[in-house]
Amino acid sequence: MDILDKYAAIAARHDQLLDVGADPFAVCMEQINSPTEAVINGKPVILFGTNNYLGLTFDEDCIEAAVDALRRMGTGTTGSRIANGTYSAHRELEEAFATFMERRHGMIFPTGYQANLGVIAGVAGPKDTIFLDSDSHSSIYDGCRLAGSRLVRFRHNDPENLDRRLARHDAADGQKVVVLESLYSMLGDVAPLEAFVEVAKRHGATIILDEAHSFGVYGEKGQGLAHELGLNDEIDFIAGTYSKSLGAVGGFIVSSHDRFETLRYTCRQYMFTASSLPSSLASVTCALKKVAEGTLLRRTLWQNAKDLHDRFHDLGFEICAPVSPILAVRLPDEQSAVSMWNGLLDGGVYVNLALPPGTPDDTCLLRCSVSAALRPEQIEKIGQTFEAVGTQLGLVQGKAAAIAS
Amino acid sequence: MTGDYQVVCEQILELLGPFNKAGIELKEDTDLAGDLEMDSVAAMNLVMEIEDRFDIDIPINLLSDVTCPRDLADLVVAQLNG
Repeated sequence: MDILDKYAAIAARHDQLLDVGADPFAVCMEQINSPTEAVINGKPVILFGTNNYLGLTFDEDCIEAAVDALRRMGTGTTGSRIANGTYSAHRELEEAFATFMERRHGMIFPTGYQANLGVIAGVAGPKDTIFLDSDSHSSIYDGCRLAGSRLVRFRHNDPENLDRRLARHDAADGQKVVVLESLYSMLGDVAPLEAFVEVAKRHGATIILDEAHSFGVYGEKGQGLAHELGLNDEIDFIAGTYSKSLGAVGGFIVSSHDRFETLRYTCRQYMFTASSLPSSLASVTCALKKVAEGTLLRRTLWQNAKDLHDRFHDLGFEICAPVSPILAVRLPDEQSAVSMWNGLLDGGVYVNLALPPGTPDDTCLLRCSVSAALRPEQIEKIGQTFEAVGTQLGLVQGKAAAIAS
Repeated sequence: MTGDYQVVCEQILELLGPFNKAGIELKEDTDLAGDLEMDSVAAMNLVMEIEDRFDIDIPINLLSDVTCPRDLADLVVAQLNG
């Protein structure tokens, strides 16, 4: 028996995907020309599955700041934050996040994934119980496992279900921690945050909120959904990432907890990994200002999201959630999703293919993400390509037929 | 609700119905991963149905040792009588 035989079933399923066309999980971009354009398999494509919500990856000021930082501080820190890997730029960015999010403390991590591991495993321990939404991102599940806590999963976006589960633990020893996301990455649906916060606080639970996809997108200054709803003071810890609206790689957590700084010498995911690159610290410090001043970018993003949502709806595609920068198109089965994904790529549009078990409820999805950087002619081309491929595969009837019916 | 093993087990087999895509005969020693091809997400979803039916919580950390309906029934009985 081979050591990797344990993956035989999943490997067989992966091989089936390759029979249909390109490997959806091994796409290589040969050139990146802008936040919305790349070359894949020698052909130009529109990027419509990137999380580049504000389109800041090619912002001139952010690039200049990163280049300058490379020259001043070098290519890497060659150490962890608790050894030789803390530069003034790390501290300054942590302060910038805390100030922007109106919190007393901030802490940064080399990736958003690690920020979630760090905040959950740092805050919760073996004697505590973590209540997590059933649709939580893998980084949340992994963080929960590292925490060693008792794990109770509640029904997705269902505060009443959370209420019942918390009530069953009111007499238990240890603390309660509730982990939530604002905007869910796969279906693009938004949490009923006010109801969740009311329930969690009534049971005395600590709240950790992941604003990975909502940061930069919701709220007047892009501070996220909690700010938009006026719930900032109710959330104990907020986690976020640079790899979406901020256009880089890294993660952060912010909090006003009195003993937050304890995490710097107890949170293993912070302590034992190499610290963030100087270039990404510099570009993110600059991008944070662009987010704060990004009212116009956000307006364009939401207009683009509404435009594409309406187009897909008119074409007869099933969209999983109301308008948000994540547009998830539900397809009837894996074969049609894979065929549609290949057809779109051949037609010059890249989206994310998402299949069970990575999706909720056995759903097969084409996960699209909208960017403020999409131009009107690109939106037109995306609509046309979805119509052409969808019609060809018999998944939709096309615009004329949909309107006539 | 008291935890009578036989009653609990029958209810678990009933809740398992929607996960039985191949339509095989469900028994207390049916292998959830092998016979029913349930992945980790499906297993957690089954547990959520069981939790709501019996009004209990089965922490998902306990699932690594679960291979068949009998193991689930034992967990439920332990929670109900605990």
